[in-house]
Amino acid sequence: MSSHILPKRVYYTIFAILLFCTYLTVQIAFFDLGALNTVAALSIATFKATIVVLFFMHVKYSTRLTWAVVLGSVFWLGILLALTMSDYLTRVWRTYG
Amino acid sequence: MSHEAAAHQGHHPALAHHFDSLAQQTEATTLGMWVFLVTEVLFFGGLFATYMIYRSWYPDAFAVASHELDVVLGTTNTVVLITSSLTMALAVHAAQLGQRKLLMTFLILTMILGGVFLGIKSVEYYHKFVEHHIPGPGFQFEKEYFRHAQIFFSLYFVMTGLHAIHMIIGIGIMLVMLWWSWNGTITAEYSSPIEISGLYWHFVDIVWIFLFPLLYLIGRHAH
Repeated sequence: MSSHILPKRVYYTIFAILLFCTYLTVQIAFFDLGALNTVAALSIATFKATIVVLFFMHVKYSTRLTWAVVLGSVFWLGILLALTMSDYLTRVWRTYG
Repeated sequence: MSHEAAAHQGHHPALAHHFDSLAQQTEATTLGMWVFLVTEVLFFGGLFATYMIYRSWYPDAFAVASHELDVVLGTTNTVVLITSSLTMALAVHAAQLGQRKLLMTFLILTMILGGVFLGIKSVEYYHKFVEHHIPGPGFQFEKEYFRHAQIFFSLYFVMTGLHAIHMIIGIGIMLVMLWWSWNGTITAEYSSPIEISGLYWHFVDIVWIFLFPLLYLIGRHAH
């Protein structure tokens, strides 16, 4: 049994923020911001994911070990994406020789 | 269970004998579920990495192909899934308080919303079949982007397909949870099955939170 039972109000608030963020991300997509379009879309998505993890998934109130595992997943995903792109994005630099 | 119950008198029937307390057992199940979700993050992560590589190679083809997706249906499905996450969170809340009827109501609502999501998804897939946007011999697209748009649609079908399979499994899990709520297995003291099923459901929601802008919203402004 969890030590923390959140009041329902928390869930409704998070739900409202998620809906607003969905509205925002769709609206922003119709404006030409160049490369910033992708940055904005991913920032909003990351924010949405974070509040789902913290409140809907109760990680904010979980043990430190759970925190470590959750952050570990983000860290290893980061390794996967960053190292892959560090290869693909730098291939065009091979102009010497 | 009867011999166990005799050996551990006064213990909760759901408490496995290798745990000291229900609290410890819940902690362990939560942690175990999260370890599983890490593998899921990396499972989907491979596809997101593939998406990143091809989109960085063919940004124009991806923008044009993305424009063929129905943004209204995509947005509707995002709202449906977020709402299902709310009903799931409320189901967990009801389980923690031992409100059996409310718990079952929210589980059913979650399953219905999951079904609506899959229904809308299948309508979208049907449109893609009609428009010949299925990668392969029957694929039709403007000549300039013909090859690279197929890569986009391959990723679209694999990523949303894998996501849909997770939704179907999620609905299956909810059916079992509904059964356990009905027969009294789930109590205020033993709500962790609902909690970790909720973790799975929210995870699938999070995958969609990233899929939606990456598949539906790129290049909306340009074309």
